[in-house]
Amino acid sequence: MGVVKSNAPAGRVKQTLQAKAPQDRILEVIVYFSMTVVTVLTIYPFLNVLAISLNDSVDTVRGGITVWPRQFTLDNYSLIFTYGSLITGFKISFLRTVIGTIAGLISGSMLAYTLARSDFQARRFISIFLAVTMYVTGGLIPGFILMRDLHLIDTFAVYILPGLVSAFNVFVIRSFIDGLPYALQESAKLDGANDFTIYWRVILPLCKPALATVALFLAVGQWNSWFDTYLFNGSNESLTTLQYELMKILQSTTTSASNSQDAANMAERMSQISPESVKMAITIVVTVPILIVYPFLQKYFVKGMTLGAVKS
Amino acid sequence: MKTITTSAENAYKKRKKSAWKELKNQKYLYYMSIPFVLWVFVFQYLPLWGWTMAFQKYKPGVGFFEQKWVGFDHFRTLFGDEHFYQVLRNTLAMSFMGLIAGFIVPVVFALLLNEVRVQAMKRFVQTVSYLPHFVSWVVAAGIVTKMLSTDGGVVNDILLGLNLIDQPIQFMAQGHLFWGIVTSADIWKETGWNAIIYLAAISGIGPELYEAARVDGASRLRQIWHITLPGIRPTMIVLLIMSIGHLLGTGFEKQFLLGNHLVIDYSEVLDLYALNYGLAMGRYSFGTAINIFNSVISLMLLFAANGIFKRFTNESIM
Repeated sequence: MGVVKSNAPAGRVKQTLQAKAPQDRILEVIVYFSMTVVTVLTIYPFLNVLAISLNDSVDTVRGGITVWPRQFTLDNYSLIFTYGSLITGFKISFLRTVIGTIAGLISGSMLAYTLARSDFQARRFISIFLAVTMYVTGGLIPGFILMRDLHLIDTFAVYILPGLVSAFNVFVIRSFIDGLPYALQESAKLDGANDFTIYWRVILPLCKPALATVALFLAVGQWNSWFDTYLFNGSNESLTTLQYELMKILQSTTTSASNSQDAANMAERMSQISPESVKMAITIVVTVPILIVYPFLQKYFVKGMTLGAVKS
Repeated sequence: MKTITTSAENAYKKRKKSAWKELKNQKYLYYMSIPFVLWVFVFQYLPLWGWTMAFQKYKPGVGFFEQKWVGFDHFRTLFGDEHFYQVLRNTLAMSFMGLIAGFIVPVVFALLLNEVRVQAMKRFVQTVSYLPHFVSWVVAAGIVTKMLSTDGGVVNDILLGLNLIDQPIQFMAQGHLFWGIVTSADIWKETGWNAIIYLAAISGIGPELYEAARVDGASRLRQIWHITLPGIRPTMIVLLIMSIGHLLGTGFEKQFLLGNHLVIDYSEVLDLYALNYGLAMGRYSFGTAINIFNSVISLMLLFAANGIFKRFTNESIM
């Protein structure tokens, strides 16, 4: 399932078991030990966050929660559903993920198809035109000025339009189409299909693995982005996103903790700070949708990453 | 002589005609690509036009031709600002630390994971290793801060438990630790993901090579050194050049989210500098000059890296 297969034929395992060189045994110990450490280092923080989110928020202050809640409660979760801005954020994040992914898939695959057609006159020009954008970007401020001049600030469209065509995604899909037998297109052409019909009826259904990869990249990118909200829609509460809200809530500690000598502001700050457990509950809500999806798409994105890297 | 010209002319006419015909034949391909080419032009190339701002005394709401041109004034201000050198130092330090760690750790991880012979474990470790890649930097920074915190952070708990320290370390409040924290956070988040390509490259190495090495009595360590590593060398070089090209474009999210004003002397990078001293203060021209500086250095590094590798290894991405 997506995992790169080992080169070792079955016989090798037996052989190593029979006659292991001492240094091979050391290697084995290092391998299994380090892989265990990696796994624990990766999973522990998430389990810790989950346990704290399920623990009573007053009890959490005592510290010492590891991977199991001490006083189990779901109150933290029911509390966050009373935060109006989080509900709006959830709606907007969901919308931008769905719309951004679909729009990105259609535009990316359409462009990729034309670039996969070796007889297309403009193919070379467009490929280079696109590849340049992978290395040269205007930067933060020219980008901001452009959005302002296009009147995209304080709009939902600013979440969708700037990232609509990504060179990397286009090249991933194109490499996949390149691998499909050309005869399919030719026979469709002989049946009188035009290029758009070939794309829509023949190519697109065959591209599902590449589309799944790109859909995952797009969806994760959309769901996880917060900086565009900060930059373009920071003052517009109706366009806030979940990640941006989480960012504001998490950042409130860092600033207040470092300002803790500032007694005058302390009381005011305390009221703004959400309890640790509630923060962790929000973190879980923000993270879970993606964690549910990615293991199922693993075999696709492993292939997609490899294709994209080889071509670009 | 004459016949030749006529036939050449005919061929020319024919080609011209067929090119026109071809254009008509491919009209759907044009319909399907031109909108996106225009889109790329607007959203990716027009900001480059915005670079002209750096040479103007840009005022919002004033037409392009009415702007006042100031030449390299903003760059002079930039290079004259002491703060800029601190920011540049931070950017280069974190970029190079990220580059080296981000190059070595995924290779080592892929090599070790490939030696796991229990398939179920291999699959499990690999799936788990992707996990942090899919969470946002907001969440990752939150987790890192939590793990390193002085009250109940697991790192301090372990260090205290082992009696290595008697006071919890305030990791997030010490400037000299910031670069290391950012680099570690990056490794934690991206190692599994970056190893995908190496694992794919390893699986492409022919099993007969290992077979032969085993017959010759090579240990697994020697097999890794003499077969696996050379086998993924081209992949390593391509990825290294690409990451050098993106060196200064590694972003500012980590620094923005992990930094606070106690460590700002170590956390501020070029993009944040442009954000705080350009955009936030309405000094668009000055901020753009910072962005340009960033882009130009990136491109120079990319070409330099590509050139060096081309010369020494005959491998190149361009």
